[in-house]
Amino acid sequence: MGKRALIIAIVGLLLLLVGLPGLLDRLTHGMLNVGYGSPVPWAMWVAFYIYFIGLSAGAFLISSMVYVFGMRQFERIGRLALFTALASLLTALLFIWFDLGHMERFFFVFTRASFTSPLAWIVWLYTFYLLLLLAEIWFVMRFSFVRGGEGKGFKAGLYRFLTFGARDLSPRAQERDRKIVRILGTIGVPLAIAFHGGTGTVFAVTVARAYWYTGLFPIMFLVSALASGGALLTTIVAFAVPNGLGEHREEVIGLGRLLVPLLFVDFLMEIAEILVSLYGTVPAHFIPVREQLFGPNWWIFWGLGMGMALVGPMLILTFPGRRSALWTGIAGLLATIGFIGIRWNIVLPGFAVEELPGIGKSFFEPHWTYGLYIPSAMEWGVTLFSVGVGVLILALGFWLLPLRAEEAPA
Amino acid sequence: MLVETEVKGVILQMYEDLDRALKKPLRERHWGMVIDTRKCVGCNACTVACKAENKLPPGVVYNVVIDEEFGTYPNVARRFISRPCLQCQHPPCVRVCPVNATYKRPDGIVVIDYDDCIGCRYCISACPYGARSFDFGNFYTVGQTPEVMPWDVMPGFEYGEEQQRDPRNPWRSPIGNARKCHFCLHRLEKGMLPACVTTCIGQARIFGDLNDPESLVAQLAASPRAIRLKEELGTDSSVYYLL
Repeated sequence: MGKRALIIAIVGLLLLLVGLPGLLDRLTHGMLNVGYGSPVPWAMWVAFYIYFIGLSAGAFLISSMVYVFGMRQFERIGRLALFTALASLLTALLFIWFDLGHMERFFFVFTRASFTSPLAWIVWLYTFYLLLLLAEIWFVMRFSFVRGGEGKGFKAGLYRFLTFGARDLSPRAQERDRKIVRILGTIGVPLAIAFHGGTGTVFAVTVARAYWYTGLFPIMFLVSALASGGALLTTIVAFAVPNGLGEHREEVIGLGRLLVPLLFVDFLMEIAEILVSLYGTVPAHFIPVREQLFGPNWWIFWGLGMGMALVGPMLILTFPGRRSALWTGIAGLLATIGFIGIRWNIVLPGFAVEELPGIGKSFFEPHWTYGLYIPSAMEWGVTLFSVGVGVLILALGFWLLPLRAEEAPA
Repeated sequence: MLVETEVKGVILQMYEDLDRALKKPLRERHWGMVIDTRKCVGCNACTVACKAENKLPPGVVYNVVIDEEFGTYPNVARRFISRPCLQCQHPPCVRVCPVNATYKRPDGIVVIDYDDCIGCRYCISACPYGARSFDFGNFYTVGQTPEVMPWDVMPGFEYGEEQQRDPRNPWRSPIGNARKCHFCLHRLEKGMLPACVTTCIGQARIFGDLNDPESLVAQLAASPRAIRLKEELGTDSSVYYLL
C-alpha cells in the first residue's frame, strides 16, 4: 500500500470510528435521536445522499469523455473517474439506506414498486447504473488483471480471481474489451442523466413545496453534478494520486478548464432561481430563498455555496489555476467541500415555510417542531461513518485495483 | 332536512346518515367532513380525542387546531382551523409513495399499510397540508419518567388491527412508518363516528357520506359558505370548511 493510500485509509478509518457510536444508536434506537421531525422530514442524510449521487453522476459523465467521446487527454484518469463514480454511488446509497425508517424493507422498491413515484424510478435506475458501472470497470481493467495476475503474492492472486477466467490478451480480445466499454459507456451517459435528473425530479414534482416545484431543478441537479463530480475528480487526481500534481499536471489543469464553464452555468442557474423567487410576493417562493440568504444559516449559502463551491473556484481557476496544477487542485478541493452547502440548500429550505400558516404554533411535541433544524450528534455520527466508508472504498481501490495510468495497456 | 336536524340533533342525524351509507357498497360511499369554523371554539378536544383513540405517541399528530388572530387591539378577532387529514381525491402523497404502501380506498379514505411502508417520508414532504407524521419511536413515559404508564404502551386499533408499539424494538411497525388520520376507519366499520366528531363540543364537525345528497354533510358541503384548503392545488379534498 502506497503512502497516500495509507493516509486515505487512515482518514477513512478515523471517520468510521468517530461515527460508530452514532451508527450504533441508529441501529438500536432507530430514528429516535435524529434532530429533525415530521415538519422537516428530510434533512442532513438526504442532503449528503444527493451530494454523493451527484458526485457519482459527474465523475461517470467525465469518464465517458474518455470511453465514449474519445478525449485522449484524459485517458490516464479514466479508470480513476469510473472508480470514483462507484465509490460515490455506494456512499450515496448507504446514506439513503440509513435514512429509511425501515431499512430492512428497502427491497420492497424492487418487489412492489410504484412507478408513479420518481423515487421508485431512480432506485431502479441506480441499480442498473451500479451493474453497468461494475461491468464497465471490469472490462476496462481486465487487461491489467490478467497482467497483474502473472506474478506471486496476494494481489496477483486477487487479480487472477478477478479475471474470472477470461485471460485472453490477444489484440482481438483487447479490441473487444474496448468496444464493450464504449457500448457500456454510451448506455451509461443517458442513464446517468436519467438517474440524476430523476433525483432532481423527486424534488421538482413536489407541488407542496413551492421552492422545489420548478422545471429548472432536474437541470440544476445535472449541472451541479458535473461540476461537483469534476471537482472531486480534480481533487483526487491532484492530491490522492501519488505525485498527481507532477505526473498528471496536464489532466489536472485540463479538468480545471472544464470546471470553469460548469461552475459558471451552475452559478447562473442559482442566480436565476434566486432572483425569480425574490421578485414575487408569494411567501412560499421567497421565504425559502430569503432564509438561505439572510437566515441563521446564511453562511451555508454565502460561505460554502457561493464562496467555496462557485465564485472562489471560478476565480482561482481563471487566474492562477490556468497554469498551476496546485491551484487547480485547491480550487477542486474547495468546490468539492462547498457543494455540500449547495446540496444542503436544495433540501432544507424546502421546509422553511409552514404548510398552513400558523400550523407550527398549533402543537408542541418532540419531532413535531417547526423552525430551525439542527442535526443531532447521532446524525453527525452516521454521516461521518458513511463518508468514512466512502473514503475507505477509495483507499481500497488505490491499494488493490489497477487505478493508475501506468497500469493501463499501452 | 336541515330543520329536521335541528329538532333531532346533529349527532343522531349523523348516525342515521352513517347507517344509510354503510348499507351501500363500499365503492358508492365517499366519506367526507364539514368543519364549521364559526362553531369551533379552539378547545382541541378533537386533537385530544384523536390522540386517545389511536394511542398516538409524542410527535405523531393526526389532527391540529390552528389558531389565527386578526386585527389590533381592541378590534381583534380569532379564527380556528382544525385540520384532520383532508382525504384528497387526488392525493399528492399517494402517487409519490415508491412501494404502494399508501393508497386511496374506494370510499375516499387515504390509508397506509404499516407492513409495507419503508419509512422514506416522501409522502410527508409531498403533503401540502402537513397532515402526515413520522413515528420516530417516542413514548410519553418510557425513558422519560421513573414509572412507565400503562396507557403509554397500550396498543391502538387503527385499521382494525392491534397496533402494538414496542419501546425496545424500533424496527417494529408502526414505529418507523409514516402515519396519518384515516377518519377512524376502524370505528366507521363498526358503525361509529370518528372520535373527533363525537367529541366536538360545538358540534362543529359534521361527518358522513358526500355521495348521499340527503346526508347532513353533503348538504352543508354544498353551502356557498363552504371552501376547501388550497383548492388551487387540485387535490380535490374531502373536507370542507364553513367560513
